Amino acid sequence: MKSTRVLQKLALTVVMTVIAVLLLFPLVITFTNSFMTEREIGINYKQIGQINEVTAGNRNSFVNLKLVPDVISLEQYGKILVSNSIFLVMFWRSVFLVVPIIAGQTLVAALAAYAFSKLQFRGREVLFLVYLLTMLMPFQVTLVPNYIMADRLGLLNSSNAIILPGIFAAFGVFMLRQFMLPIPYSYIEAAKLDGAGHLRIFSTIIFPMIKPGLAALIILLFVDYWNMVEQPLIFLDDPFKQPLSVYLSNINQGERGVAFAASMLYMTPMVLLFLYAETYFIEGIQLSGIKG
Amino acid sequence: MSIKGRLRKDATVAGMFLLPSIIGFSLFYIIPFAMGVYYSFMDSSVNSQFVGLDNYRELIASESFQKAAANTFYFTGVSVPVMLALSLGLAMLLNQNVYFRSWLRTAYVLPLVVPVASVILIWQILLDWNGSLNAWLSIFGFERVDWMKTDAARTVVIVVYLWKNVGYNIILFLAGLQQIPKDYYETAQIEGAGRFRQFGSITLVYLTPTMFFVIIMSIINSFKVFRETYLIAGDYPHDSIYMLQHYMNNMFMSLDVQKLTAAATMMVGCILLIVILLFMLERRFRQFME
Repeated sequence: MKSTRVLQKLALTVVMTVIAVLLLFPLVITFTNSFMTEREIGINYKQIGQINEVTAGNRNSFVNLKLVPDVISLEQYGKILVSNSIFLVMFWRSVFLVVPIIAGQTLVAALAAYAFSKLQFRGREVLFLVYLLTMLMPFQVTLVPNYIMADRLGLLNSSNAIILPGIFAAFGVFMLRQFMLPIPYSYIEAAKLDGAGHLRIFSTIIFPMIKPGLAALIILLFVDYWNMVEQPLIFLDDPFKQPLSVYLSNINQGERGVAFAASMLYMTPMVLLFLYAETYFIEGIQLSGIKG
Repeated sequence: MSIKGRLRKDATVAGMFLLPSIIGFSLFYIIPFAMGVYYSFMDSSVNSQFVGLDNYRELIASESFQKAAANTFYFTGVSVPVMLALSLGLAMLLNQNVYFRSWLRTAYVLPLVVPVASVILIWQILLDWNGSLNAWLSIFGFERVDWMKTDAARTVVIVVYLWKNVGYNIILFLAGLQQIPKDYYETAQIEGAGRFRQFGSITLVYLTPTMFFVIIMSIINSFKVFRETYLIAGDYPHDSIYMLQHYMNNMFMSLDVQKLTAAATMMVGCILLIVILLFMLERRFRQFME
């Protein structure tokens, strides 16, 4: 009886591990391939994009996907970080776009979420539904109006055309509201009896209580905006203003050699942040979902 | 204090808390939205005139729009249910007794935080005509498939979407599962309910609120898969994965504001409908639970 249970547990673990390995496969390849030399990358992947007719009957025309490099080298990293400084410039440009969005949205959204979850006012439900709806829309839906709006406000070709809409996006409001809803109203009543105003209640009671939510929101926003491609392409004409995400999608098409190392450096902040704050992240996502 | 009194007093405070958000939100979302709807009823000339539903008629008649709308419906219609089933299944397995549970969970969630642009390269290597996927298939004697240039692209886009988002939903479902009291199952077992019965009458019923949230997030995320297709296949991908977002992007590039705004308005209408429907279902279900 006991041994079958252990066996079952083992079998289940094996299945789940296989799935996990499949899911992580792209990341592992990126990692190992980033240590290959330019020459090796060139040889392994030169068949990509070759014309079908040429290779149709040829059994040996496939790319040579390798997990372990012949020689472990830092050549590609050196190229990106030392001899080709554009990468670092773009990296910082991404940071300067993403950080204000995260800081701004977290603050603005926390305030709004307090009103939506802890205060009574007419039209609350309807207004919240409007927020929720914009969150559901793909970016392209507001493209033209946003473009015209940015033009009227003189924001075109400036990073503010991306930062400002980011700050006021509805996702943060939605998420933080979910975190505030389960906090009992009696906390607020007790604080009121002690003479605290709403701003005080918000900053000293509610805000500290939703820390996991804030952490989760920050990570989710980081993931989302670190990644953006459409917005910079449309709002920033100047190629020298583009963030790393756009630059990287360009080198993927050209220099395959450095692309692995660039990808690796590009995803590392995200992965590290995730591993560091995973508990918060998961708790955050979970709490926001359960009280739906 | 009476409810009315609280309502009045709260309203002023609420206004203050909402003010920054409302100003920015109106400026960058509500007003642009309204402008978009307005443009969709105007003709293209500079001193524009109201043309009623003309733009919509033209749009619906347009072949590329039909294609894009059909593909988008197909993609969301297939990928969201598959995602639900897959993530619920994995969450239930992960909720059982397994070794390295937290490691496994980390592995499933990790794709979520990986930036799209940094894995494009891998998709190319895997999916090319000379790519690794075909190399592996050829070992087993299968014919090569040109993954991104045939109808197979549909499947690829769905798989990429699942890869990226399954972890998020697993987390949500895990939380939902852990909320269900264990003694419900024990009681059911004593009463002689089988596994399927337990799944249907306990697990599914108590997961409904979670399900609601998962569906909403899955729909949102299904629109984001556009980035992947865009980065792999460009402005004009294979017909089978030409989505509404491609269409709108291309209308933007060719400055066809009328078609673009009409398409956007229609998309908003559809999403609105879906959400309202979901909300109504959820509300009805809640009443039923109480």
